Amino acid sequence: MADTGTQLDALVRREYKEGFITDIESDTFPPGLDEDVIRALSAKKGEPQFMLDWRLDAFARWQQMREPDWAHVSYPKIDFRSISYYSAPKRPEDGPQSLDEVDPKLLETYEKLGIPIEEQKMLAGVAVDAVFDSVSVATTFKKSLSKAGVIFCPISEAVHEHPELIKKYLGSVVPVTDNFYASLNAAVFSDGSFVYVPKGVRCPMELSTYFRINAMNTGQFERTLIVAEEGSYVSYLEGCTAPMRDENQLHAAVVELVAMKDAEIKYSTVQNWYPGDEEGRGGIYNFVTKRGICRGERAKISWTQVETGSAITWKYPSVVLEGDHSIGQFYSVALTNNMQQADTGTKMIHVGKDTSSTIVSKGISAGRGQQSYRGLVKALKSAENARNHSQCDSLLMGDKCGAHTFPYIEIKNPTAKVEHEATTSRIGEDQLFYCRQRGLSEEDAVSMIVNGFCKEVFRELPMEFAVEAQKLLGISLEGAVG
Amino acid sequence: MLTIKNLHATVVGKPILKGINLEIGDGEVHAIMGPNGSGKSTLANVIAGREGYEVTEGTITYKGKNLFDLAVEERAREGIFLAFQYPVEIPGVSNIYLLKAAVNAGRKHRGEPDLDAMGFLKLVREKLKLVEMRDEFLHRSINEGFSGGEKKRNEILQMAMLEPTLAVLDETDSGLDIDALKIVANGVNSLRSAERSMIVVTHYQRLLDYIVPDYVHVLAQGKVVKSGGKELAHELEAHGYSWVGDDAKAAAG
Ligand SMILES: Nc1ncnc2c1ncn2[C@@H]1O[C@H](COP(=O)(O)OP(=O)(O)OP(=O)(O)O)[C@@H](O)[C@H]1O
Ligand SMILES: [Mg+2]
Repeated sequence: MADTGTQLDALVRREYKEGFITDIESDTFPPGLDEDVIRALSAKKGEPQFMLDWRLDAFARWQQMREPDWAHVSYPKIDFRSISYYSAPKRPEDGPQSLDEVDPKLLETYEKLGIPIEEQKMLAGVAVDAVFDSVSVATTFKKSLSKAGVIFCPISEAVHEHPELIKKYLGSVVPVTDNFYASLNAAVFSDGSFVYVPKGVRCPMELSTYFRINAMNTGQFERTLIVAEEGSYVSYLEGCTAPMRDENQLHAAVVELVAMKDAEIKYSTVQNWYPGDEEGRGGIYNFVTKRGICRGERAKISWTQVETGSAITWKYPSVVLEGDHSIGQFYSVALTNNMQQADTGTKMIHVGKDTSSTIVSKGISAGRGQQSYRGLVKALKSAENARNHSQCDSLLMGDKCGAHTFPYIEIKNPTAKVEHEATTSRIGEDQLFYCRQRGLSEEDAVSMIVNGFCKEVFRELPMEFAVEAQKLLGISLEGAVG
Repeated sequence: MLTIKNLHATVVGKPILKGINLEIGDGEVHAIMGPNGSGKSTLANVIAGREGYEVTEGTITYKGKNLFDLAVEERAREGIFLAFQYPVEIPGVSNIYLLKAAVNAGRKHRGEPDLDAMGFLKLVREKLKLVEMRDEFLHRSINEGFSGGEKKRNEILQMAMLEPTLAVLDETDSGLDIDALKIVANGVNSLRSAERSMIVVTHYQRLLDYIVPDYVHVLAQGKVVKSGGKELAHELEAHGYSWVGDDAKAAAG
């Protein structure tokens, strides 16, 4: 965490060096979306023809689609013509000039998370002097990755450097027609990450810190693609525990994972976008499509997520279990407080024989938060001996919040076995009293009880991330009781 | 240590305690007996500061301070410990985690540094022996899946770790088999000292054979209707509470 700030600064500085800033600074597209906008966007990025064609195709299809309204969330209709689809990073002069101009509540949270001052500025969008010394960290990172043969770069770079891989895999898991937001993303995606792990390679590090740098400038339509070749392994961490603000209210990201025979991809997310104020004003709408496919035998994909941010979250990380004996996992903690709404869950699509999936979903609602778990477990006719175990637990704090569970099960093969367990509980006054009677403050007690509730998920997170996530949960719940 | 004067308290607007007077000196053990629903647990909860128990009249002074000025956790850190009649389960939180947090909260309050991992482990092992619990219990979720007797022993383990100055044991003997009863009583007795006072709530003389009280009080309908020495418990055992009722009436008349 401590390094992120300096690395960010390093990145900023590099861009200055290359004289890049002046170039892109001048142009932010006027709001609106049509073919010309997409052509201009693609040209701006100097994309090859195949990429432009792909975007245009997606756009044509998007125009035929309607915004989904089945999720258990409500928000004012989004006017897609009022959004600007290309905007350069903000000029320093436009943002807050010092931390004094930033919402004190946000700063308070940064303090509690122990984020260094320079990094606080970065996160809050304050202009920072880029006078730090460590381009080196990122460079060391890159070196050891390339030694292992792992490709890890912005997807915009991969389009140029590795067009054959992009052509082969982009949209291969989440097709351009998949859903309204995914199609929009395909048409206008800003940037994101590309990871390619060659056959038999175990990625030598968690792809994390470096990514946190990338995450800053990916814009509102982020696109990530991870390909793990036969027998390879990669663990990827997305997000940041520090609350991040963004000018753009709508975020529609797409993440695609491809795991070949005997490959494993572990994808962990801590999502903490600005949830808005106590009335929900100014919060981010987060509509994400995440899907992985286990292409070969014994491939394994696991999604682990901790969601505490955003005003509205719409998100269902899924796994298609195509290879025989392949494994899909979904571990999730979602917290909604104040006016937050979340409709989240997963889909496990069993295609191959002896495939198995595990779903552990922990939902915490406080304040007037509304939360739904929506899970689909599907076993096709070919899915001989498919197995699924689902566990969905909801924890309520106070009496104004809500939790809803919508499990869907479709079984076409009689040998498939699916188990579903669901519980709803309330943080008891008796539990709190018990802990306080032993000397714990109310806040520590809440945080301890909630973390206990989430234990099965936290233990799936990489250690450092897990510690941050626990802290974050405690902070997000402050004042939720009493 | 603790002085309770004319204490009246209501629960959900219903008067339960109706003028309790009690004086507990340093190092004394007081037993409180009385029929179901007479207000024993209510008194324990009022002392601990539980929400929903509203004091409408009277005072409690603890170590010279007005107890009502302190929040629940402050009372705990000041050495008040309540062994619950019904200990709650907290899934996913290990016993050892709570113990450590609790011990360190007390230390912090006294201006002492956190106990380091080794020191803590040593202490907890020692106390486990006292209540004859296996190490395994430390890593299980708090009270989850514990038998009735194990829950009660766990309360005594916590008490032994926290070394309170005033311990209130609410029916710690109920649900214990005879061996467990001895273990719990031993644990409690080993903590008896000139600086530590105890209030032992029980229905049975049996416990008081092991934890011999200095005083016995009988609570009925929110009032202390009779007080005496340890022999009072024997009389109650022989004659039942109605005897006290009549006696109390007679005394009043
Ligand atoms: N939360 C509550 N709501 C309503 N009534 C309550 C509540 N708590 C206690 N009471 C009532 O207060 C009275 C005293 O209860 P208390 O638990 O103090 O009795 P007790 O002496 O501990 O009894 P026991 O020997 O059965 O444990 C009872 O009539 C009980 O029903
Ligand atoms: Mg009772």
